Amino acid sequence: MISKKDVQHIAKLARIELKEKEVEDFQKDLSSILDYFELLKEVKTDKVNPTFHTSEIKENVMRRDEAKPDNIADELIKQAPDKKERYIKVKSVFK
Amino acid sequence: MKNLTIKKINEGLKKKKFSAVELAKEYLKRIKKEDKKICSFVTITEDLALKQAKEADGLIKKDNNFPLLGVPIAIKDNILIKGEKCTCSSKILEDYTAPYNATVIERLKGAVILGKTNLDEFAMGGSTENSAFLTTKNPYDLKRVPGGSSGGSAAAVAADMCVAALGSDTGGSIRQPASFCGVVGLKPTYGAVSRYGLVAFASSLDQIGPITKNVEDAQILFNVIAGKDERDSTSIDFKIHTRRGSSASNPKSKIQNLRIGVPKEYFVKGIDKGVKKVVEDAIKRIEKKGAKIEEISLPHTKYAIPTYYLIATCEASANLARFDGIKYGLSKTEDSLIDVYLKTKAQGFGPEVKRRIMLGTYALSAGYYNAFYLKAQKVRTLIKQDFDKAFSKVDFIFTPVAPTPAFKIGEKINDPLAMYLSDIFTVCANLVGLPAVSVPAGFSGKLPVGLQVIGKPFQENKILELCKSF
Repeated sequence: MISKKDVQHIAKLARIELKEKEVEDFQKDLSSILDYFELLKEVKTDKVNPTFHTSEIKENVMRRDEAKPDNIADELIKQAPDKKERYIKVKSVFK
Repeated sequence: MKNLTIKKINEGLKKKKFSAVELAKEYLKRIKKEDKKICSFVTITEDLALKQAKEADGLIKKDNNFPLLGVPIAIKDNILIKGEKCTCSSKILEDYTAPYNATVIERLKGAVILGKTNLDEFAMGGSTENSAFLTTKNPYDLKRVPGGSSGGSAAAVAADMCVAALGSDTGGSIRQPASFCGVVGLKPTYGAVSRYGLVAFASSLDQIGPITKNVEDAQILFNVIAGKDERDSTSIDFKIHTRRGSSASNPKSKIQNLRIGVPKEYFVKGIDKGVKKVVEDAIKRIEKKGAKIEEISLPHTKYAIPTYYLIATCEASANLARFDGIKYGLSKTEDSLIDVYLKTKAQGFGPEVKRRIMLGTYALSAGYYNAFYLKAQKVRTLIKQDFDKAFSKVDFIFTPVAPTPAFKIGEKINDPLAMYLSDIFTVCANLVGLPAVSVPAGFSGKLPVGLQVIGKPFQENKILELCKSF
């Protein structure tokens, strides 16, 4: 069983604020799921390579570094909730 | 204008039985009436549909023959259509409008897009109950789920509120709802269809695919959307083996040369009797036509669920970090940056999405990476080797799609692990990257049941030709 402190630590890493009730629920849910995941421990994998990707592409895919006319930067900037001209605003990071 | 297929629409438009605009209006009318009880659409794109229908009628006059000309289609609401909302059935994207088209949307030349369909939030779930907006009902029994996560697309096709639809499949999200709703659903080979403009859930597993009324339509739609796209570097240039050619010569003798593998690990306890019988009957039917049935073993099957859920949640926790209240989507105004993140995600994500982000974050956090994430990627290799070995002996693998037919709304929603376990027959095709289809094969009581056919990489058309032949 993972602790409440573990749940709160993970939530902080994931940047999700949890209510007290959610912490309790996740403690229960995550514990039972993680216990089930322990099943993988019985598989011998010492000499097995991981498969991160199933794609047949073996090399990096490259393209020329050229500007394209279909630039949608302005469209994307428009989506930001807080902006000034063509800059996206964030709260100050340094105090 | 009932029960139309792509082929019937091609003919109807050519013979001027109806115009594309008439067809679009008829389907929009039907959605407004029928969808009150089914709830498969999040957004109806009426203006877009009528504009595209008008264009289609113009193209018909010029004798254009795009395969999907005038065909009314629905799109899962995690695929971007420029100028239309794309919500992923999540509050965090409730007011988000797509600034560009997904590649698959650009490839649907001539088609008429009716609307965006409901899904489990960010495609995470197997019942469409995890939508933040509405619960889609199964057209065969309104008290039951349509499956998920592409439940809106499958229900809309089954209820004839569109002719075909696009879904996305990360661990069964096209095939399982297709099975539950009695329609055809294809998960293509990883890399066969561009993922550009699909909101990412688990990038090494996600694929877009067709959901249709029959196998032929799935084939037409797949061949339209497939192919290399420079905007998705994991998409692959492969040759589409179309209908004409080898298989048309003598389908009967073809079947006689086929070896069909049936994995013994897929017919164990917990599987519904009706489902088992439907799948066994389908196997008998193809055996009668001359195919050779071989029992095969996929020994790592029992590790597929933990392997899948570790990889999928780890990738999801990284992919969904982008919803931070800064660039787009929901944003909570707070005094400090950290509080913007914390409150935006707390309010924007639903319980299942939070659960998966938490699981993935845990498995990737210091001290657990090797034991969970890396371990899962290694077991994935063993699962891949199981399939490589099986496909050295057989041409296709037949299995059930899900252990049960459509379950009741509310039945599993409070037991996440039970919900995960019901994905046992579908997740392997994603882990290994193989193409797999669910085709309607019969009924368990009054509920439809699909047969899953898994094939070798890029043999989508061969799989679908086979499904037409028995």
